[in-house]
Amino acid sequence: MSGTEFVPLSLTPLLIGVLSAMTCALPGNFLLLRRQALIGDAISHVVLPGIVAAFLVTGVVTALPMMFGAAGAAVVAVVLIEAVRRLGRIEPGAAMGVVFTAMFAAGVLLLEQSDTSAVHLDVDHALYGNLESLIWLDATGWGSLLDLEALAGLPPELGRVAVALVAVALFVWVFWRALKISTFDEAFAATMGVRVNLLGVALVIVAAVAAVAAFDAVGSILVIAMFICPPAAARLMTNRLEHQVAWSMVFAALSATLGYVFAGYGPLWFGAQDAVSAAGMIAAVSGAILGLAALFGPHRKRSGAPVDA
Amino acid sequence: MSPLELVDEKWNEQGAESALSVRGMTVSYGESPAVFSVDATVPAGSMTAIVGPNGAGKSTFLKAVLGIVTPLSGTVTVFGRPLAEARENIAYVPQRASVDWDFPVRVIDVVLMGLYRELGLLGRLRKADRARAIDCLSRVGMDGFAERQIGQLSGGQQQRVFLARALAQDADLYVLDEPFAGVDAATERAIISVLKELRAEGRTVVAVHHDLSTVAEYFDRVMMINVRKIAEGDVGEAFTPETLQATYGGRLATTQIDQLTVPA
Repeated sequence: MSGTEFVPLSLTPLLIGVLSAMTCALPGNFLLLRRQALIGDAISHVVLPGIVAAFLVTGVVTALPMMFGAAGAAVVAVVLIEAVRRLGRIEPGAAMGVVFTAMFAAGVLLLEQSDTSAVHLDVDHALYGNLESLIWLDATGWGSLLDLEALAGLPPELGRVAVALVAVALFVWVFWRALKISTFDEAFAATMGVRVNLLGVALVIVAAVAAVAAFDAVGSILVIAMFICPPAAARLMTNRLEHQVAWSMVFAALSATLGYVFAGYGPLWFGAQDAVSAAGMIAAVSGAILGLAALFGPHRKRSGAPVDA
Repeated sequence: MSPLELVDEKWNEQGAESALSVRGMTVSYGESPAVFSVDATVPAGSMTAIVGPNGAGKSTFLKAVLGIVTPLSGTVTVFGRPLAEARENIAYVPQRASVDWDFPVRVIDVVLMGLYRELGLLGRLRKADRARAIDCLSRVGMDGFAERQIGQLSGGQQQRVFLARALAQDADLYVLDEPFAGVDAATERAIISVLKELRAEGRTVVAVHHDLSTVAEYFDRVMMINVRKIAEGDVGEAFTPETLQATYGGRLATTQIDQLTVPA
């Protein structure tokens, strides 16, 4: 494929897919090790009331108010989940289950009881995103990457996920030691002066920001898959946290690239007419990578099984 | 000099001499308190065992003292300073079962965690830090295991790695939660010899201990808890048939108590 075709039609969806996958996989590493991996699922449910509330307040269906609404709902959910977990002294999965189903139900009620049901709030869009439509019409070829006028026409989703990735990466970099130690041994971290509760809430809020930024472009299926599959596959490749995070970034980028290509061209190779959902295919590829890592990864045995229990 | 000043001076003096001073510590997880109004005064340079039956609040007491759980009430002073200002003076060894040993770190990484407070968020890890971590591992006989993943260790080896991490903290007060639980005899000997070294260096050791038969051999002071504090003092004075009876109720037979407290 030549640059004149690739750059306007495939470059930006591919980049957005890769960046979204990496943005979600990065905090996913810590959520996985903290047994909170389902938080991505929880966030994808709780943003519904936020989006509806944003519509009720602003009266328009545009990206920015929706994102703020979604982010606000995610933060409310995170605080509620932590509150239920710590006050009720129950495991995180149960706290998430209580909060995200309740908030999702509230979102449905809100949608039903207001005029929003007349507006087209697209369910398909929320699930699969619209990765294929994020094309760069102003581009004419590779030269457009240096053309300021053409660059101004880049889809805004690209800028949003890029900013989100930088923000998430900065958080993980600055708080690396605190995150590592409080994930491994929370009590010890507390004695060293780490504010473990605050850090736990901050991590989930960062994950929520990543999810919401990726949502609009790639949909909830991909967000949920990227929080879990690349970090889980990476864990099976190494016994060091630093390497696990690096592997998860490689797997996320690989899933997004392969998934995008397979979705666009795979069906044609098999004689079918239409392409399939890129987000769905990326999630499927990440699942396949996890499957391969589970079968052939060098560190797939539970080495930490109780020795003397 | 007014009477009030006299009291203040005496209080300060006591705080400065003791490594750890706890007043009125009360912790509750639900309806009834797990620890009720416990005072403790641990002299600097001593080795204190905290003993009591299962569920008596020993671990909870330690966690509240270190600020890991929030108590209902109670004040903690460490070398005369409030807890928040004394964190670099405290090393903590949690119960081995409290962490996930599948976590993707190597032995050396765990020991280096003891240096995180010194290093700060982004301070560079230097060769000297690594050498210090290896040195701490060799003090517990684990220097050959630095590159191993922690899940590949036996229970006793895991416990020694935790102790090495505490050694890396280079603190004056060492607080250990059941350091001898489920470890092999070689590990138990290694740990007790390190703890005695620490005391010889003038440091203070406080450990939750569950094996009554070794209290007198390992420790010089004892604190007996069953929700409330039953006794505290030198082993010779506080570890008696009466205090054991009061702490354990009917759970120990009279013959057992006699064996434990008969002078060797």
